[in-house]
Amino acid sequence: MTKSFTLDGRIIPFEDGETIIEAAAAAGVYIPHLCHHPDYTPHGSCKLCSVKVNGRICSACTFPAEEDQEIVSESGEINADRKRITQMLFVEGNHLCPGCEKSGNCQLQAVAYHLNMVDNHFPHFFAKRELDASHPDVLIDHNRCIFCELCVRASREKDGKNVFDIGGRGINKRLIVNAPTGLLKDSDLEVTDEAAHICPTGAILIKRTGYLIPIGQRQFDQQPIDKVSLTTGQGGHEQ
Amino acid sequence: MEEIITKISQRYDHDPVNLLQILRIIQAEYHHIPDAAIEQLAKLLSIPRTHILAVAEFYSFLHLAPRGRYELLVSDSITDRMLGKQDVMAYLAQQLKVPIGGTRDDGAVSLDNTSCTGLCDQGPAGLINGLPLTRLNKSRIDVIVDLINQDKPLAEWPRELFAVADNIRKPGLLLNNGIPLGEALKSAFVRGLPETLEEINRSGLRGRGGAGYATGWKWHLCYEGPEEEAYCDIETQRQLQRYVICNADEGEPGTFKDRVLLNSYAHQVFEGMTVCAAITGATQGFLYLRGEYLFLYDKLQTILAGRRQAGLLGSHILGQDFNFDIEIHLGAGAYICGEESALIESLEGKPGIPRNRPPYPVTRGYLGKPTVVNNVETFFAATAIAVNGGEWFAKIGTEKSKGTKILSISGDCARPGIYEYPFGTAIQTILDDCGASDVLGVQVGGPSGAFISDQEFGRKLAFEDMATGGSFMIFNNSRNILDIVRNFSHFFAHESCGFCTPCRVGTSLLKNQLDKIIEGHGSAGDVAALEEICQLVKKYSHCGLGQTAANPVLSTLERYPEIYQSKLKKISYEPGFDLDGALESARRMAKRSDKAAHLAQIDEHHD
Repeated sequence: MTKSFTLDGRIIPFEDGETIIEAAAAAGVYIPHLCHHPDYTPHGSCKLCSVKVNGRICSACTFPAEEDQEIVSESGEINADRKRITQMLFVEGNHLCPGCEKSGNCQLQAVAYHLNMVDNHFPHFFAKRELDASHPDVLIDHNRCIFCELCVRASREKDGKNVFDIGGRGINKRLIVNAPTGLLKDSDLEVTDEAAHICPTGAILIKRTGYLIPIGQRQFDQQPIDKVSLTTGQGGHEQ
Repeated sequence: MEEIITKISQRYDHDPVNLLQILRIIQAEYHHIPDAAIEQLAKLLSIPRTHILAVAEFYSFLHLAPRGRYELLVSDSITDRMLGKQDVMAYLAQQLKVPIGGTRDDGAVSLDNTSCTGLCDQGPAGLINGLPLTRLNKSRIDVIVDLINQDKPLAEWPRELFAVADNIRKPGLLLNNGIPLGEALKSAFVRGLPETLEEINRSGLRGRGGAGYATGWKWHLCYEGPEEEAYCDIETQRQLQRYVICNADEGEPGTFKDRVLLNSYAHQVFEGMTVCAAITGATQGFLYLRGEYLFLYDKLQTILAGRRQAGLLGSHILGQDFNFDIEIHLGAGAYICGEESALIESLEGKPGIPRNRPPYPVTRGYLGKPTVVNNVETFFAATAIAVNGGEWFAKIGTEKSKGTKILSISGDCARPGIYEYPFGTAIQTILDDCGASDVLGVQVGGPSGAFISDQEFGRKLAFEDMATGGSFMIFNNSRNILDIVRNFSHFFAHESCGFCTPCRVGTSLLKNQLDKIIEGHGSAGDVAALEEICQLVKKYSHCGLGQTAANPVLSTLERYPEIYQSKLKKISYEPGFDLDGALESARRMAKRSDKAAHLAQIDEHHD
């Protein structure tokens, strides 16, 4: 007999060892997320996938599925709070969608739309962040980094390199590059690396590709993120 | 330098789990972590340089830019402030001619703030190159400034400057009945190990760090190990690697009882760890000592050596088929490492970022192996229970909180120091004993605990009522509640590890929002906005730090809403953005500072 739990009143089957988000995705149920990606070790940092498991808040991307769990995901309360957490990410960095070439392909932006976010709500931090355009093919705009560590994990787990890590503490966290100069051009990163393509926002971009697809015809212009996520098995894919 | 770095790395077997220990020594040697050292270590330890950078940038006591040959830090904890910390800091800066947060041009001295140093009973306190300076005042500072200007090595400074008193004011069941060397281990072997675990269970002992998890049950789970290994035979079971860790990262502002236990009862703490190891089958133990307690390090090493000599550590302890030893690892200024999984990460030489749970440390802890992490006081009590039995302990206290609790009392009272009380003691009794009068309120359990008002002093010390890891800070009616809350909120924003969004961004939003209100820029709706941030941080944060970071605001907002409201302006909205401040760089470029170059954000008289 297959094991199952209840998610917003639906019976969701799962296999031993699966997390809540994995079982939900397999059953065609979208739970908002940014730091989660099915190909990589669960992280549990963005907290957008927070759900109520038997009354207690848990991250769906790290919490193991178990029988008899009563899980609430799509409640007014949780979605309102998810919107606030997304707004925290927006005010922490400098996210200016109209001027960003990732617009329309950006998961942060798409999740914000999904959660009906229409303003930033909190005061901006106006953080001073750098731009690293040193690499011939790849650009880092630190203004848009949300510390999901997907590039860190992709470089380590898929590319077999250690190009990225996170330095600093608290609100002063920063993405750091493994090079004596700290610059991307002096690192081992190649444009074909998974780490160069995994960024859910516009923090890591491939040069000279930004406008190949016009705004209006991009991934999330055509389909909202909940649909895209379920068809691609992840938040979205690089175009 | 290359030779020195190689030697340091060699001392630690070029093992990356020792990275934090290695970096501490490099910092002490060069007063920063030089780039060349990072490059060299990356090769010696075979790890990416980014990993070293991540560790160096995470811990407050490590720096990438050079600090002074005398690194001077002053505790910015609220009780130090109440003892005159701000005057002390200003005087130090003036006499040493160094800006706060900066290094003097000649490289001799740097001066900065630090989180609570665990010397709240003898503040204002500070650290110089990691060693404690207590009861700072003008005359002591004059001596210190002279010594620094003479470039005198710390070893030649008057010992009296570094004297740390125990201040045990009221010993109770445990502090009055110290256990002689080896007694608990002998009792445990005579009684039998499973039977001794049963005594620990019977005692009802719960974790003394604050969370209160049942100690016996934790030890039992560690012995069982992960589910997939539960069915192997007893012999294989015995061979599995397990670890015992003593959490001496006593970072909660206002608590210093572990400092005293390790200074005067260290044998009994180590013996508790050894009893735990015998019961769980661990062969390796660690004392994770907060960096602020560096002054205890040599003394503790001597005690460990003595225990090895006495056959109480090492191989075949007391002639039994039982091997166990204890290593001391030092922290480097990160409150978050008091969280057990962050502590384990730190022990593994990484930034102290709490892990996702499950799995819990009892099944997957240090290096992925079953690990017991207990507070200093828990091991201290366990030793006494192993000798005297569970009943001896359980007959004291309340139904859900057995035995006694050791409190660190600081703030507005005549006799700050260490007090031991049976659980169930009323707050008023404690206030009377330490000589506190005209009391406004008490912060029980430190910033992560709760602020109670003078209407609640009938409440009891107990897990089911006022739980505390030991911090007990008293405030009299001359104190301003908002100053206290502000100090705590800045503390949490500073100590947030930054892993999860709600804590990383939320604690800073909270800090800024509170500052806005306190500085008189708040308007209608700003208190509600503050409360909204608090609820988000509390509800969605990854670990205990974030989940409790809003407590100072929430517990005072509940009791004194009028204090917050009275700070608000009567206009309907005031932006969080400082328009005039944003024009500063333009004024600088235009070399103007006249009135017309300033902008009144909102006409103050407009309401």
